[in-house]
Amino acid sequence: MTDYGVAVIGAGPAGLAAALAADKKGEKVLLVEREARAGGILKQCVHDGFGLLRFGEKLAGCEYAARYVEMLGGTAVELSTLTYVTRIEKKDGAFALSLVSRGGLCTVTANALVLSTGCRERTAKQVDIHGTRPAGVFTAGTAQYFINILGGMPGRQCVILGSGDIGLIMARRLTLEGAQVLGVYEAKPEPSGLSRNLAQCLDDFDIPLHLSKTVTRLHGADRLTGVTVADVDAHMRPVAGTETFVACDTLILSVGLIPENELAESLGVPLDARAKGPVCDQRYMTLVDGVYSCGNALHVNDLVDYVSESGDGAGAAAAAYDGAPRALIDIRPDDQFLYAVPERLDVAAPRDKTAIFFRSRTTRENAELVVTLDGRVVLAKKYRHLRPPEMERIEADFSSAGKNSIIEMTIREAQ
Amino acid sequence: MTKEFVCIVCPNGCRLTASGDGGELRVTGNLCPRGKAFAEAELTNPVRSLTTTVRTVFPDRPVLPVRTAGEIPKGKIPEAMAFLRGFTLARRARCGEVIVRDLLGTGVDVIATDAV
Repeated sequence: MTDYGVAVIGAGPAGLAAALAADKKGEKVLLVEREARAGGILKQCVHDGFGLLRFGEKLAGCEYAARYVEMLGGTAVELSTLTYVTRIEKKDGAFALSLVSRGGLCTVTANALVLSTGCRERTAKQVDIHGTRPAGVFTAGTAQYFINILGGMPGRQCVILGSGDIGLIMARRLTLEGAQVLGVYEAKPEPSGLSRNLAQCLDDFDIPLHLSKTVTRLHGADRLTGVTVADVDAHMRPVAGTETFVACDTLILSVGLIPENELAESLGVPLDARAKGPVCDQRYMTLVDGVYSCGNALHVNDLVDYVSESGDGAGAAAAAYDGAPRALIDIRPDDQFLYAVPERLDVAAPRDKTAIFFRSRTTRENAELVVTLDGRVVLAKKYRHLRPPEMERIEADFSSAGKNSIIEMTIREAQ
Repeated sequence: MTKEFVCIVCPNGCRLTASGDGGELRVTGNLCPRGKAFAEAELTNPVRSLTTTVRTVFPDRPVLPVRTAGEIPKGKIPEAMAFLRGFTLARRARCGEVIVRDLLGTGVDVIATDAV
């Protein structure tokens, strides 16, 4: 007998949804959160646009989180804040979690585990920026925390590297708070963020977007005094002779997010090199039995609504986990895809409504997604546009799939 | 007259083309009626919702996230920011509670988007 039916690690939107779903199935749930409050990164997302799919409303991120925290209040879920998981071991078919909190050290056991550990930002050291190490270099999330939680300002004259959504949101936020955003630089030939964010965060405030340009060097002793920017070639390498100096006191980096899977890896959970999160089946179970993954730990989502959906799925499945053997087959997206999740289908489990999330590798116009099962088309869907920054969700019926079936996915020109 | 916009109503981000000569406005590229309404508003009276924070007197939570309960004219945003930057909340509030009633005479309230 374990202490808990389900232990959920991380109380961001994925973990909150997972804990609620597992509780609804009647399981005893422990929800572990290292920060003082549940909500994860949403706590600092004061901008709106969250919840259109879930609640049919345009909510601020913190407001979306507050709704889930409120729902949690009416349940038997045990929320343990200011608590770190230092170790997880699989013993006798159950999981033993070592927890450190203000109460001290303790070990608890759970029948199933949901890892909703979110993602981390890539830093300056991971994108080859040279030069000095002055103050004034922030990841977009750190700058967001500084402004929206601490009520401070990271700087006055800002350059933003990377056109991901958080970078665009921060360009607007900094401008509204009185800073000058000199420009957003993107090494790729096309922007990484959603089109609506380019429109409402940059165009609305006349903030220039410089494509195929990157920051190569930092200047300044104590505080940043400027950056060197340069053109990049088709292989994203800086082109010699194109360097120019841009005076600024702040550099904000929005150069990508990486799923956080240290705990998963300690349990031997294999990761998908493309999605950068655990390989999982349609019920969000990883290749280690009893370990589930959801939210941005599984793959980086662009809508929180989908994060909650995967949390729901993982939590409900974890609550129902009974150790029954699985029969996994591959879902095979071809090289037209950046990635597709899930990577496996358990043909011993319900599979009539399998949600697949994918990103196209390149920008496509009038494209058709085709999913086949043993050569037969089970789903064909036309898209006016497919863009790598915009994740797509489809639902396929694989009820006739057996353990020797082959599932393939491709994107072709729409007829 | 032809103008192009990216619709900001939802994450689809439809690329809209609005054309017309004084009479009926023709909007193409929209997936739903909200896109047409958005293009019409962009050409006549562009509106935006404003999300920001206001200072509080509480050391544990120096700022509280807020948003306009509806949209306000885009041109009023600098003035609205100046007003909200000068505002300090001296009481605890629940999520959804009105923090500023009728912001700058727009008829739109400012509401808390988190509890403090």
